[in-house]
Amino acid sequence: MATATAPQLSVQQTDELGRELDAIRKLVLADLGEQDADYIRSVIRLQRKFELAGRGLLFFGFIPPAWLGGVAALSLSKILDNMEIGHNVMHGQYDWTKDPELDGRSFEWDSACPSDHWRHSHNYIHHTYTNIVGKDRDVGYGVLRMSEHQPWRLYYLGNPLYAALLAIFFQYGVALHDLEVDRIVAGEITVGEKREQLEAVGRKVGRQTLKDYVLFPLLSGPSAPLVFAGNASANLLRNLWAFTTIFCGHFPDGTIQFTELQTSEETRGDWYYRQMLGSADVEGGKLFHILSGNLSHQIEHHLFPDLPSSRYAEIAVQVREICERHGIAYNVGGLGKQFGSVVRKIARLALPD
Amino acid sequence: MTVIPFPPARLRSPASRLLRSGLLDALAAPHGIESYLELLHPSFSPRDSRAHIAGIRHSGAGSATLTLVPNERWNGFRAGQFVRLTVEVDGVRETRCYSPACEERSGGDIEITVKAHRAGKVSRYLHEHAHPGMTVRLSDGEGDFVLAPERPARLLLISSGSGITPVMSILRTLCAERHSGAVTFLHYAPTPREVVYRQELAALAAEHRNVQIVLAYTREAVAGQLAGHISGDHLQRVARDYHDAHTYVCGAPGLIGWVRSRWAEEGIERLLRIESFRPPSFASARTSAAAGVVHFSRSDEQVCDDGRSLLEQAEHAGLRPQFGCRMGICRICTCRKTAGSVRNVLSGEISGPAEEDIQLCVSVPVENVELAL
Repeated sequence: MATATAPQLSVQQTDELGRELDAIRKLVLADLGEQDADYIRSVIRLQRKFELAGRGLLFFGFIPPAWLGGVAALSLSKILDNMEIGHNVMHGQYDWTKDPELDGRSFEWDSACPSDHWRHSHNYIHHTYTNIVGKDRDVGYGVLRMSEHQPWRLYYLGNPLYAALLAIFFQYGVALHDLEVDRIVAGEITVGEKREQLEAVGRKVGRQTLKDYVLFPLLSGPSAPLVFAGNASANLLRNLWAFTTIFCGHFPDGTIQFTELQTSEETRGDWYYRQMLGSADVEGGKLFHILSGNLSHQIEHHLFPDLPSSRYAEIAVQVREICERHGIAYNVGGLGKQFGSVVRKIARLALPD
Repeated sequence: MTVIPFPPARLRSPASRLLRSGLLDALAAPHGIESYLELLHPSFSPRDSRAHIAGIRHSGAGSATLTLVPNERWNGFRAGQFVRLTVEVDGVRETRCYSPACEERSGGDIEITVKAHRAGKVSRYLHEHAHPGMTVRLSDGEGDFVLAPERPARLLLISSGSGITPVMSILRTLCAERHSGAVTFLHYAPTPREVVYRQELAALAAEHRNVQIVLAYTREAVAGQLAGHISGDHLQRVARDYHDAHTYVCGAPGLIGWVRSRWAEEGIERLLRIESFRPPSFASARTSAAAGVVHFSRSDEQVCDDGRSLLEQAEHAGLRPQFGCRMGICRICTCRKTAGSVRNVLSGEISGPAEEDIQLCVSVPVENVELAL
């Protein structure tokens, strides 16, 4: 199957698109207030309660239902922390509150990846150069072949295996993301250039490991192995969930990757258009959207990365209407359909075209 | 309404020792133990100083006096200093500076008076929404308008309008300490009705023989009191020895301007301390016409200098820099200037062109300026 190509819009059309989307943004910005601040704080409070419940229940991990409940609560805590809270707060979605705890520049999340690195690799690189092969490092994370624009090599035969490993160890994959290990291996940059970042990753991984795999198990005394296993399970479930929702954002059938040449002279309207073509939404209920950090509204998130994620659902209605009017395909489907097509793509691209 | 403190006093000190230990922080990483404790009670915060409102008195003149009970992280204030009070208005945290009028203390209740301004976001919010039990964020005392620890033998306090509060704090502190040096307190108000602490001032003067209180009214002649704005004549009548006095002045720009130039003329500025509670007038402070360009490098925005403060120009350009007092005292809006000279409208001082931190709210460009915003 050939790479999908973008329907061409005229300059007037993309300009109009830019104006319409800017207008949506302005209206939402003007409407932000107490309810938005209350919302994110209520999610944070909920996350803290899941965290306490998870740690508490695992303490009694020798009782099987307590162990299962503990893993569930701790997984939910980590998922909420990374997705709806961390990812969105670090985008600066709540900077307008002037609350230091919601400050995008200083927020730290419960993940192996230092938040400063994330802000660079994700907020800047991925959101600016979305789906431009060779610039957006989220296309394949330096290990996978996720686009026909990436020339096939023998190495890519392992595509499904690499993807499975990335899913299992996702937080560590994210932690290594900004180190650009693949470019170090290729000799494009040296380890020395990345030393400071490497040390920061080491410190963050150290703190996370100390907490989940040393201190909490030790504190539980004889239940230590159970607490260790519970914490590992919670981290694993969070990893699998994050991988699933994130890979549904830009790789389902119908999403388009771009070359540097195609995007060299973009207007604001063109940029918006690329974000729409390169992203896909996932349908689901309210709970599903919250657990995915509203990345299920990936199109809306990529159009307005710094608007509070809880607004994406209402924005989506307007974006769909704009897409219909301009004849742009709005890529949306259930989790099964979207993730299924991602899995098939990972398998298909393991082989030469 | 009674407010029950949390945790009970007898548990506080061992509990907070444990809370500040490294183990709990390692367990609660990366968010810190505090974010879990807040689930229990909003005013309980081992690192952040907060206070709950214990009482509110509304006075007829459109001002409300709040009694604040700070938590144990609060380190107090010294006579004359201000505290920063932070509340949330429609989801946005807003900070304003208030001078407690009570005597200096290292803990316990403090009182602040909030005057209602129609356009004032925070004052309006406090007037409409403050209620006993509500939690606010409260900073320690700040600012160098402060009574010297070694109390001066001769003191002259001058204030006008709501500028009375820090000066009142100095006076009450001295009286509470039974300070024996001579203190003259000269206060300006439009009419007697607008003097907030009139009865208490009279009582203090009656009780402390070293304290002399003089009220001056600018809009009403009252027998036996001074009339009109500050003048050399007033000074001669009230404190003939003012060149020997440590002088503290807080009030309207006119009063401050007069005192500043008079003290400068007589070469006795080193005895003078000034607190200004109104934004300085930018129009009169400018010496040259606006000409340059202001470049906000992080957001890649650029505006033509319009003569207003850099804070206002940044906001006008659609940026949202942090700010607090907007009058050059709290330093919340401090920002890195990467190029160009600016003038501090409070001091008149012109900075060098080098990279440095400046206060946006009281800085205006004198040439092209680049800010890391």
